[in-house]
Amino acid sequence: MPLIRNGAFAEDTYVTVADDAALPANGTIVSLARLKAERETLLARNAALGVRLKSAESPEELGDDVHRLSVIVLEFPVFRDGRAFSWARMLRTRLGFTGEIRAAGHFLYDQIAFMARTGFDAWEVPEGFTLEQFQRALGEISYIYQPSADGRPTIRQLRARG
Amino acid sequence: MYRYDEFDAAFVRERVAQFRYQVERRLSGELTEDEFKPLRLMNGLYLQLHAYMLRIAVPYGTLSARQLRMLAHIARKYDKGYGHFTTRQNIQFNWIKLVDVPDVLSDLADVEMHCLQTSGNCIRNVTADHFAGAAADEIEDPRTLAEIVRQWSTLHPEFTYLPRKFKIAVGGSVHDRTALKFHDVGIEIVKNDTGETGYRVLAGGGMGRTPYVGHVVGDFVAREDILAFLEAVMRVYNQSGRRDNIYKARIKILVNALGPEEMRKQVMREFEEIKRAGTLDLPEAERKRIAAYFAPPDFEALPVLCEEFEAARLRDGAFRDWARSNLALHRQSGYAIATISLKPIGGVPGDASDAQLDGLADLMDEFGLTEVRVSHEQNLVLPHVRKKDLPAIFARLAALGLATPNAGLVTDIIACPGLDYCDLANARAIPIAQRISERFADLDRQHEIGELKIKISGCINACGHHHAGHIGILGVDKKGVEFYQLQLGGSGAEDASIGDILGPAFAVSEIVDKVEEVIGVYLERREGHERFLDTVRRIGIAPFKERVYAAH
Repeated sequence: MPLIRNGAFAEDTYVTVADDAALPANGTIVSLARLKAERETLLARNAALGVRLKSAESPEELGDDVHRLSVIVLEFPVFRDGRAFSWARMLRTRLGFTGEIRAAGHFLYDQIAFMARTGFDAWEVPEGFTLEQFQRALGEISYIYQPSADGRPTIRQLRARG
Repeated sequence: MYRYDEFDAAFVRERVAQFRYQVERRLSGELTEDEFKPLRLMNGLYLQLHAYMLRIAVPYGTLSARQLRMLAHIARKYDKGYGHFTTRQNIQFNWIKLVDVPDVLSDLADVEMHCLQTSGNCIRNVTADHFAGAAADEIEDPRTLAEIVRQWSTLHPEFTYLPRKFKIAVGGSVHDRTALKFHDVGIEIVKNDTGETGYRVLAGGGMGRTPYVGHVVGDFVAREDILAFLEAVMRVYNQSGRRDNIYKARIKILVNALGPEEMRKQVMREFEEIKRAGTLDLPEAERKRIAAYFAPPDFEALPVLCEEFEAARLRDGAFRDWARSNLALHRQSGYAIATISLKPIGGVPGDASDAQLDGLADLMDEFGLTEVRVSHEQNLVLPHVRKKDLPAIFARLAALGLATPNAGLVTDIIACPGLDYCDLANARAIPIAQRISERFADLDRQHEIGELKIKISGCINACGHHHAGHIGILGVDKKGVEFYQLQLGGSGAEDASIGDILGPAFAVSEIVDKVEEVIGVYLERREGHERFLDTVRRIGIAPFKERVYAAH
């Protein structure tokens, strides 16, 4: 699946592996279950590590290990399941995670702007999805009413500037 | 009233363009109906039995004359000449074409209106006391906070795909006119022992198939902390609310599964963190800036006793009747709060025609009335009327068919759209309201009965608030035939309670007789000036049950 990262198409340098598959030499994304089961081995490896969380899995379960991960994939089983918006924001504002937060699964064009606001910075997009669509999705609404994880100035702050 | 500044105006314009693009993508087939559904719902667009229904937001129920005229225009141009005011202080149009919706939204934006978040699994349009700024028992105008909450919740990136819809009401008086204890979150403006104003926050109230009265989750939230507190409640709900069963997805189920204590604990944990970050603090200067929009009009110094008003009452029996039920005490001497009943005898509760909306706008301009309110009881309210103007205003309302003298009486009935419009309904609600209204048309009899709130829902989702009705009527379907269940003793006021089900449901041919029998028991058993609700609470439902099932 094509990957948009930091506003451009990028090569996905990670391999997402099944729980029973052998680990590749380079960057690897595993499930939370596998991370917990093989924690020592996985963290000891000299390769970038990521985890893919299901929508019911809170990033708090990662504990301090969150800072040893370079990517966290948040899964949308269906676009209506909005838990990942809270998980992303929690990762950025409570847990101080600075690595990549990637959206995967079934989400809509119309959710991309909300994702960017809550802390996502990478998206697994469908074949044929263009950068123009991506930019349009981010630019549909210029002003925001409330703070989130993106640090953008809110309407209240803009009003105060006069 | 709140007025848009350049940012609000630009925001709403962009939102219209965004929705126009979503409609284009649906019409071209790029979006499936399943994918389009949550997008259109977040703009108040439902697919009903016969057509699309568009629900327009009336934040905290406040409208200007200019806005009324635009609603009249929309009724004429895009609908069948009327609109329907709802139990959430909004207005909906039942016969809108999908291709017209972006143009309707653009027309609305011209008068600082929109359909944002009037549906969908997001924080819905915020409601507030319809007597705000006028009620004699008010601590503070709740619309200031309601507007602050409206802005905070508008396209909230974290809380737009919640497990289920989320409704917030704000009340500022001792007497609750918002049914706030039946909301996902109800906010009461209160004073503490030292005289400071703050907020008591309830969560987990609701109606539907599992009705609950809300639990207090914040006893006294400081003014500057309220957005941080609300964000904390939302975050607990978004993370932990059930998503496996839509009937168990509202916050009331979560609060009652966790228990209020655990809910408070989880909310406090989020709250402490959000508060520490400080980004959601509500500075006093900002609160005051918003409050200034809701400053009361410049009241004239008028005597309590108004000669013109008293003379008209003596002279004109019709005016006397109307004044008796449709006026409420205003905080300012020489002024009154006037309820415009949208419940004409035999009419559809909450409907208003384009001519009525235009006529009301003209009347407002003529008498210098800057705003009208929509009540959750599906009536309109003129909040600040000089008593000396009332006789003339009454005459004008009468000419518009808007002077039914029944506010708070047995014919002032709440009813959901029911099976006449709604694809979720099991039974019709409107015709039942119409027949009850006709049965009790006699005004002397209505006054003899006194305050009685009948609320009718056409299905278990309870849009007609039947659980909170002094008499609640629920339409059910038995093998394709409509039946109606009675509930007694509910209340949506500060003494909130859920009505008790009387017993097996009645056929459509019986239900009006049964309501009459119930009222008959009350009239026989009441003591002194006891209201219907108080009699039910005192004697219980058994005597009523005995009467209505006697012949069965």
